Amino acid sequence: MAKDGQAGESRTGLLLVAPPLVYAVALLAGPMAMILLFSFWTQDFLDIDTTLTLNNYREAFRDPIYRELMGRSVWIAGVVTAVTVVLAFPVAYFISFHVAPRRKALWIFLVTIPFWTSYLVRVFLWKVILGFNGVLNTSLMGLGVIEEPLTVILYNLNAVVITLAHAYAPFAILPIFVALERIDRSLLEAARDLGDSALRAFWRVTLPLAMPGVVAASLIVFIPTIGDYVTPRLVGGPGGLMIANMIQTQFLRLDNAPMGATLAVLAMLSVGAIALVFVLLNRRFLKGRG
Amino acid sequence: MRGLRVYTLVYLLFLYAPILLLPVFAFNASTVIAFPLAGFTTEWFTELATIPALHTAVLTSLKIAGVVAVVSTLLGICAARAAARYRFPGKAGIMGLIMLPLILPEIIVAVALLVVFLQVGLPLTSLTVILGHVLICTPFCVAILNGAFQSLDPALEEAAVDLGETGWGAFRLIILPLVMPGIIASLLIAFTISMDEFIVAFFVSGSDATLPVYLWGQLRFPQRLPAVMALGTILVAASVLLLTLAELARRRGVRRRGGQDTGGFL
Repeated sequence: MAKDGQAGESRTGLLLVAPPLVYAVALLAGPMAMILLFSFWTQDFLDIDTTLTLNNYREAFRDPIYRELMGRSVWIAGVVTAVTVVLAFPVAYFISFHVAPRRKALWIFLVTIPFWTSYLVRVFLWKVILGFNGVLNTSLMGLGVIEEPLTVILYNLNAVVITLAHAYAPFAILPIFVALERIDRSLLEAARDLGDSALRAFWRVTLPLAMPGVVAASLIVFIPTIGDYVTPRLVGGPGGLMIANMIQTQFLRLDNAPMGATLAVLAMLSVGAIALVFVLLNRRFLKGRG
Repeated sequence: MRGLRVYTLVYLLFLYAPILLLPVFAFNASTVIAFPLAGFTTEWFTELATIPALHTAVLTSLKIAGVVAVVSTLLGICAARAAARYRFPGKAGIMGLIMLPLILPEIIVAVALLVVFLQVGLPLTSLTVILGHVLICTPFCVAILNGAFQSLDPALEEAAVDLGETGWGAFRLIILPLVMPGIIASLLIAFTISMDEFIVAFFVSGSDATLPVYLWGQLRFPQRLPAVMALGTILVAASVLLLTLAELARRRGVRRRGGQDTGGFL
């Protein structure tokens, strides 16, 4: 094979990657293009009017309910991302810096196991934990910490944030862990030798070098969170519903696929725009630091 | 650094709280899912044996997950091998597209598939669920298999070819045995994801309800919840078992290729 040179290598590579590529084009790129097209069509009772129009987009911007759901989804995803990444960082740091090398794989495995167990059941159990007669309230009352059950933790945004921060924890821990693992430990020694305190060395060496992992973690948590359907539905209550719930309603309940498609496109655009701004800001920040 | 260790343990408790509570309520002799506990019972587990709709859903899910595991691992082998061994034009873009479902909100994938299936006139059955799940599982398979293929020493394959093996022969005799643990891990992971996936199945399963779709329907009925807890306990135990097997296979692969173990899946 080496004799065929570059062209032969390209051909073999393309031939090999063709099956998964064709699959992704047929079932991902194609359908996404279809959604985009659909968003310019309109629903006319049972039929779909295939005249291209911006009516759906106008309605999506005019109707306050769509605006509110979209804004709320972005807000929740943002809060979840911040909470998840901040809570996850010390865990990734602990595993990378304070666990013996041959035990690291075991720790990472321990962190990922809950992620792989039935998503529906996990979310539902948060409802059990956070509920009025739930585990948390009964335990806190038993301990005498509170006298009345807390009602601020179920069927609202707090519940959605807690549950999603739990669901996406490994997504945040793994990229940060990988970035921390790549840090050359001798840099830290150098900082200490040159008189930096442990905290200062962390602030000036570890944290900037871990930033790529933090950015990756933020994006990996933020993007899927915006489209989460199960969590807002189970623990969000009426005030905690998100855009995915509306997209589902448009498709399966109201039979208005074009409007659903429009909301899906808008959700994707917001996600894309925010992710882009985030990456650019971060690049600037890293450059600014030197 | 004691503080950090304590924090990590508390965080692990947070991560494990739901799945640790699951068996507590599954064996609790009360129809209400709340404290205080009422006593020990295995009634909810025996109740599971009497629900035909549940059995159908389990069989449907097993069938789907089996096919999905094989197909997405095959696609994953193609992509991972191409990425690790060859240079070709548009490589970054092509791999990006294949890996995209990993970060795309699932609801978007689900509605896009639904629209296309309805437009093409494909009836919503187990087949449409399989098509959707393969799309979602393939990136995970590629990620696992990438680790296996990338740590291979190219000299091994060259030596086999120099000694007279054909390209395919070298792949079958040298590469395949070395990446086999990775393939097993990939099969198990894809199987686990497919068994657990809800959103895509919810949109495109039609009347062939998968296990998560069945479960979703049950969550609305308070009297069914204890049985759901029992079912959840079994599911969690099964996926922990599958994952442990996958992890053991992955580690064996790392050892077999003489590499350093650097961490888990993904």
